[in-house]
This record gives sequence, C-alpha cells and structure tokens, in this order.
Amino acid sequence: MRKLLDWIDDRSGLVTWTRHALEHPVPPRTGWWYVFGSATLLAFVLQVATGIALATAYVPSSGQAYDSLKFISEQALLGRFLRGMHYFGASAMVLLIGIHVSRTYLMAAYKFPRELNWLSGAVLLLLTLALAFTGQLLRWDQTAVWSVIVGAAQAGRMPVVGDEIARFILAGDTIGGATLSRFFAFHVFFIPALVFVLIGLHLLLVLRHGISERPKAGDPVDPATYRQRYDELLRREGVPFWPDAAWRDVVFGAAMVSTVALLAIIVGPPHLGPPPDPSILEAYPRPDWYFLWYFAVLAMAPHHLESIIIIAGPLIFGALLLVVPLFNKGERSVRRRPFAALLVVFIWTMIVVFWVAGERAPWSPDFDAPPLTAEAVGSSDPQVLEGAKLFHQKGCQFCHAVHGSGGKRGPDLTDVADRMSPDQITGRITNGSPNMPAYIRVLSPEETRAIVTFLSTRR
Amino acid sequence: MDSPSLPDSPRTPDRRRFLSRLSLVLSGAVGALLGLPVVGFLLAPLTRKEPRVWRAVGRVDDFAIGTTVTVRFEDASALPWSGVTARTAAWLRREDATRFTAYSVHCTHLGCPVRWMAEAQLFLCPCHGGVYYADGTVSAGPPPKPLPTYPVRVRAGQVEIQTSPIPIA
Repeated sequence: MRKLLDWIDDRSGLVTWTRHALEHPVPPRTGWWYVFGSATLLAFVLQVATGIALATAYVPSSGQAYDSLKFISEQALLGRFLRGMHYFGASAMVLLIGIHVSRTYLMAAYKFPRELNWLSGAVLLLLTLALAFTGQLLRWDQTAVWSVIVGAAQAGRMPVVGDEIARFILAGDTIGGATLSRFFAFHVFFIPALVFVLIGLHLLLVLRHGISERPKAGDPVDPATYRQRYDELLRREGVPFWPDAAWRDVVFGAAMVSTVALLAIIVGPPHLGPPPDPSILEAYPRPDWYFLWYFAVLAMAPHHLESIIIIAGPLIFGALLLVVPLFNKGERSVRRRPFAALLVVFIWTMIVVFWVAGERAPWSPDFDAPPLTAEAVGSSDPQVLEGAKLFHQKGCQFCHAVHGSGGKRGPDLTDVADRMSPDQITGRITNGSPNMPAYIRVLSPEETRAIVTFLSTRR
Repeated sequence: MDSPSLPDSPRTPDRRRFLSRLSLVLSGAVGALLGLPVVGFLLAPLTRKEPRVWRAVGRVDDFAIGTTVTVRFEDASALPWSGVTARTAAWLRREDATRFTAYSVHCTHLGCPVRWMAEAQLFLCPCHGGVYYADGTVSAGPPPKPLPTYPVRVRAGQVEIQTSPIPIA
C-alpha cells in the first residue's frame, strides 16, 4: 500500500499535493463561521450525485418528462428519496451560499488579496440561482410550464432584445417540444460545467491566499504589509487545516446532509402538479421557496416602476456583487463597517418580509371562497340575502373577505358600513379604483342595489 | 524563454514569432469551428420562422351569443415529442351572429393564465390579481395592457383561430 502510494506520488505528485492542501496552516480560532463555504460545496456534490442518479431515469422530453417523474416518484426504487434529496439539497445549497456570501461580506474576507475569491464566488452565486431556476422547471408539471412563460415574459420587458431573449427561453414561439430539452441541457451540462470550473478556481485561490483570519477592529488591511503580516500570523499561531479546522466542516457537513436526508424521507419531494398542458387554465403558478420573495416583489411593486425593477433589479444586484472588491483596503471588522452590517440585515429582512408576503399572496384572488351561509349573513331581509349571493356570484368575494370568507386583495368588508355610507359604497362599486374593476360594466342597477343593501348591514 | 541550451540563430526570434502566431491563429480557428455551430444551434429559435396556421375550434352553433368559453387547439408546427405541451388555448367570445373575438389566455403582466369568471363577467389572473373586463380591457391590478386577441374567422360553419406566438409584453 505504502509502495503503491509512493509510486502514484512519484508519477503524479498527487499525494504530496493533497497532503500539502490538507495540512497547510490556517489562522487559529476560525470557528464555526467558516463552515458555510465547504458546506455549500458539499451540497453541490450531493446535487451532482443525486442528479446523476435521477438523470438515469428522467426523460428530458416535453411530452414524456411528466410520466418519467411520476415513475421516479411512485415506482422506482429509492426514487422518491432521491427526488427529495435533490430538492432539499438544492434548497440547502441556495441557503448556504447565501449565508456564505453574507459571512464573507460581513467579515470583509473579500479585501486584499482575496478580491478574485469574491468575484469567482459571486459568479458561483449567480450560477447557483440559475441551477435553482432551471431545476425547478425540470419538475415538468403545470407550474413548470407557466414558470417558463412567466420567466420569458419578464425577459420580454428588456428593451430592444427582450423579444429575442424570451424566444430563446421558450425555444420558439410557444412552449413545445424544444423547450424542456434545452433547459435540461443547461441544468445538467452547461451550468454545472461552469460551476466545476469556478469551484476549481475558487479553491485554488483559497489555497493561494489562505483562509482569511478573524477580523479585528482597529486592524485595517494594508496591501503593502498584509501578506507579510498574514505569513507571520501563520508562522506564529497557524494550525494545520486538517484536522484542526476541517473537523468543524465535517461535523457541519454531516449534519447538513443528514438533515437533507431526513427531510427527503419525512417531507418527501415537492408534489407533482397537474400535467404540463398549457391549455389547462386552472393553474396557480408560483415559484419554489427560494424565488417566492421575488414573486412577491413583482406583485407589490408600484405598476409604473415594475419594468424598471424587473430589468434593473438583477443588473443592480450583479453590479453590487462586482463593485464589492473595489473596496479592498481598510477595516475588516464589522464593528467598524456599520453600513455593511446594515446592508446585510436590510437584504435578509427584505427577503424574509417578501417571502412571508409571497407565502400569503394576499394579492391573489381566492377562487375557492365558498358562498356566505345564511347564518353568516345574519339577516332574513330578502334583498340582503340576494346581495350576499351576488357578492359571491359577481366575484366581489374573490378579493374581499366578509366574515372570514374571501380573498385578501381588497379590504375586509365585514364591518364596512362602519366606515362607508351606502352612497359611498355605491360609488366605489360603480366606479371602481385602480385595484378594483368599475362594476357599472358588470352589474345591473338592481344588482348593485342588492349588494349595497347587503354591505350596508355589515357593521 | 531563452534557454542557454537552445542554440540561437539570427533567425530564431522571427521563427518563434511566426510559430506562436500560427499556433494562436490555428487554435482560434479550431475554437470557432467548434463554437460557432454550437452557438448557432442554440440561437436557432431566434431566426426560425414558425408558420401561422388556422385551427378549427368548433362549429359556429356550438357557441352561444354573448358567452366566452375556453377553446383548445394545437400549436402551428408541433414537434412529434411535444405531447400535451403542443396544446394551447384561447378565450373565445361570440359577439353576435357572425363575429367572434379570441382573447389570449396570457395575462399581459407576466403571462400567467387568466380565467374567465362568467358570473362576474371578468377575466381574473391568479398570479398577481390582474383583472380584465369582458372586452379584454384592464379593469384592475398590475396588467399594463389589454388582453391581446388572436385572428379568428368563420369558414364553412367552423370557427377557426390562427396560431400565434405567446404574446410577450
């Protein structure tokens, strides 16, 4: 065994190189904050492994992918588990790379000489999001089809080249046979190949510059002296990466994979919706959780700013990632960079707030709101009862809740008579508002009167 | 680059410059030979002209005047492996004895499928709550434009709709 290793090392140098990589000195007391990069890498490995397994059974054809997914989920040995692993592995990868970026930004690990570490990581972040989006579409059900269309419609907002990008996404004029094969090729070949290359570069750079030491307030980075001081620190207090620092990566990574496996077993893969038939219009497309916040942004954006947000939002995000390493000198400690801390808190807060909003989706009409019962209406006046019936029939209840039943798009009208007179109610129904149709085009005067009578008793 | 073991002749620098340029040009040519067809293949959907064809969606008498219903038809040039993805739909409204209007099912906000609510006489979008009147004009919510319409005609007692690309805002 020993001799074999010696032979391999003599002919390849791999053993020496690996030993060097494992035992290279790292700064002391790095702690648990430094585990997220390796955990992201491990999540990617998990995705490659489970992805290859799934690809052996998945049929990347617009017409047959759905059936092959059904087969994988319901009949193939371990298919449900592997789909679950791949889904929760993707979730873990998105979450972990988000935390890793936040951590390196908060600790200013991107400063001299690690600017390219940051930039290669930034590209990896974008590629991870691209994998997440294309991966969601490979779950080729009704939601996937409509997500492609929504994605194309967003790209279509781009000036000049919008139409071309949209056609590129759809692979033609419409959803069809060509659409899925392309997403499959991007998801399993093109983007992962780029990810492999960039991970290689990212790791090479980590080895070249070493892991950044814990930042200290009042100890700014000066490019003229930084390398010398870092080397001195390593000589004085450095510890071998393996096992002094690596054990935490291994413990955290094992916990991450176990969590993913447990979720895959207990929760299982995401539900496969109705078939990918674009002519079935009873659809309620929404993205997986990692893009749900963006779905909310698009619903809540002021209408006149929307195109700007759709186009400029991603560009600003990309530009922000690019300019970060320009600030490559000075204080690293977050105590001396309050703006950086605020920015990270702001971004995460926005994502969580919009995510919660996306989860509730109060702007979506409630198509399933049941008609009000006579008890809920609480009146024997035939016109009030007629009004309650029309309130449901004519679609008011899609957006307005009364007595706990109905949509959340418009105000709750359970006690509307407390704040509006019958005349005001009539005016609003007749003329509408920016977020409400003018019902004069829909209702007869008698119908309007019945609904107003019904609403005027809600107090 | 100059190594003492390599004998230099007066012509060596020229020769090396030539050889390095030759190698770079050849590598570029090979790269283009491999890369251009791949890029062209990927970009093909941008240049492909898909035909417009008329699809019969039902007999005139199947549609009551003043109603709006879903009609389903096949895309213009569906690939053999498209399966159900080759299908598409429109909201067809019979205006009077002879006139029909075919509305796109795609919300002009972000392309989600709008639903016709017959009782309320409104199109509603499930994604972000866009609302349209029966004639396709926007009545509420984020949609920037009315619902597009498809060309529709009556031939030999059949209502026909012309296939169209998914409308992109």
